[in-house]
Amino acid sequence: MTVFAISSSMPERQSNPVLAALRRNRFSWIGIGLLALIVLLAIFAPMIAPYDPIKQNILHRLTPPAADFWFGTDSYGRDVLSRLLYGARISLSIGFLAVLIAMVVGSALGILAGYIGGVFDQVVMGIVDVMLSFPTLLLGLMIAAMLGASFENLIIAIAITETAPFARVARAPTIAMKRRDFVEAGRSLGFTPLRIMRLHILPNILSDIVVVASLWMASAIRTEASLAFIGLGVLPPTATWGGMIREGFDNILSAWWLVVFPSLAILLTVLALNILGDALRDAIDPKTRNQA
Amino acid sequence: MIGYVIRRLLLAIPTVLAMLTMVFVLVRLVPGDAAVAMLGDRASAATLQTLRAQLGLDQPIAVQYVRFLTDMLSGDFGRSMTSGRTVLEEVALVLPYTLELAAAAMLIGTCLGIPLGVVAAVRRNRWPDYVSRVLSLIGLSFPGFVSGILMLLAFAVWLQWLPVMSRASTDPISHLRNLALPALNLGLIMTAYIARVTRSSMLDVMGEDYIRTARAKGVRPTKLILRHALGNALIPIVTVVGLYFGTLIGNSVLTEIVFTRPGLGKLILGALQSRDYTLLQGLMVVFATFVILVNTATDIIYALVDPRVSYAS
Repeated sequence: MTVFAISSSMPERQSNPVLAALRRNRFSWIGIGLLALIVLLAIFAPMIAPYDPIKQNILHRLTPPAADFWFGTDSYGRDVLSRLLYGARISLSIGFLAVLIAMVVGSALGILAGYIGGVFDQVVMGIVDVMLSFPTLLLGLMIAAMLGASFENLIIAIAITETAPFARVARAPTIAMKRRDFVEAGRSLGFTPLRIMRLHILPNILSDIVVVASLWMASAIRTEASLAFIGLGVLPPTATWGGMIREGFDNILSAWWLVVFPSLAILLTVLALNILGDALRDAIDPKTRNQA
Repeated sequence: MIGYVIRRLLLAIPTVLAMLTMVFVLVRLVPGDAAVAMLGDRASAATLQTLRAQLGLDQPIAVQYVRFLTDMLSGDFGRSMTSGRTVLEEVALVLPYTLELAAAAMLIGTCLGIPLGVVAAVRRNRWPDYVSRVLSLIGLSFPGFVSGILMLLAFAVWLQWLPVMSRASTDPISHLRNLALPALNLGLIMTAYIARVTRSSMLDVMGEDYIRTARAKGVRPTKLILRHALGNALIPIVTVVGLYFGTLIGNSVLTEIVFTRPGLGKLILGALQSRDYTLLQGLMVVFATFVILVNTATDIIYALVDPRVSYAS
């Protein structure tokens, strides 16, 4: 985190260089626009979706994309477009909630470790390093398999895999902040450590955490889709993107639309989050801030 | 120097112990217990009791923990409940396939990714840079199975250039044809990653004073970029690629499943489907140990090649 070493003489992060840089970086608007569109489609899925996503209709099974069914139907005759729209709700909410939990728990651990230091720091960061040594997908797979795949358990499984990176990201700037004059001043005024961490340190490192959050939400959505593809997703008949690909994979030779559309949905969502995360990172990193 | 290597190796020991503890806790997260999870709810009490005794689940938790640690540390990772083979035997059976895939992917990733990253850095903020950055962002956004399925559709189903399913074959040509798509899939994801890391590492190095000095002295641009800049930029690239190892494993698991290739991916999937928790637990330990070893090795190599790393602390 070189950010803090460099900016130690200018504490005015509040003048919001992030927004300014986002405004300059036109590429980032593609990400924001795409993400906003996907979120809106997910929220209004019940109003937009032309059919019931889980209603089977054997007469129309495996219909190729046509005027009645824009994205075709699956082997149970269910409308792929409707399932995609409802699937967006599952992917986005699991991704968002998992990252939210990971962010809160991970940052809290990181700030505490950085602020308290000593043995506590060593123990927490030791555990964080171990967590990072498990391949994300395998750790998620293991936890999901142990707990049993369900909406809540998937959130827990993915949140556990993503807590460690947040602790890492929160700890380094906390250590840098701890030595800054305004924190020293607060301490000498007798503020409690909790108050210092909450009011003086957290707001100053929040932008770093938010950047990581958008990149890890991309990863969370990828993990959820991968787990669903392996067979550890929210149980059928609920529509999930990964699950749709899993089911469509059996008919890949005859019905391409069953895998192509959910694949594009996953790709576009992850891409939108990655573009946004990249743009945010460029915006707050002074090394690249003036180059965008 | 040797002291540093030894210290770094010793540092891996508590990491491995903590990892084992975590796996132990994870496996005991199962609602009910592992025996119920394996046999299902309708198993008779007697069968459950037998399996519990077999797995040591009837012992106090502390005894289980000590036994687990001693077994694992003595290299006994357990035995598959379905095949009866030890975890190491199971891994050894399929490891060649996965290593072959990973090596091919790594080759593709390095050969494409480094030039792409160098060009992007040298032509920064011009069209080659934008193209390279957009491509690598797209590549990084693909979950391994999604890109695999799309490639399968394009090259095997529509164009019919390559086989849909991988089969074991002794004929080297058909062996390569079987390897092509999975390796390309994994390799392109690697390419995206390596290109990105190369670009940022090259940009860091190109900003250094010694590059300006070399340029002022009249070193030819090609030599400047390849010898002076890339030579030093490679160090962080190697480190970051080493750290990427865990993700590579995850993606190769998905790739193997999509292309129905034998390998670790299929092994894990099988263990999952037959609720073979001892195999799953053993595989977790083997994988995580692997990642810890690779990370340790990466750190050591980094220290060996970069004279700026101090060995003191």
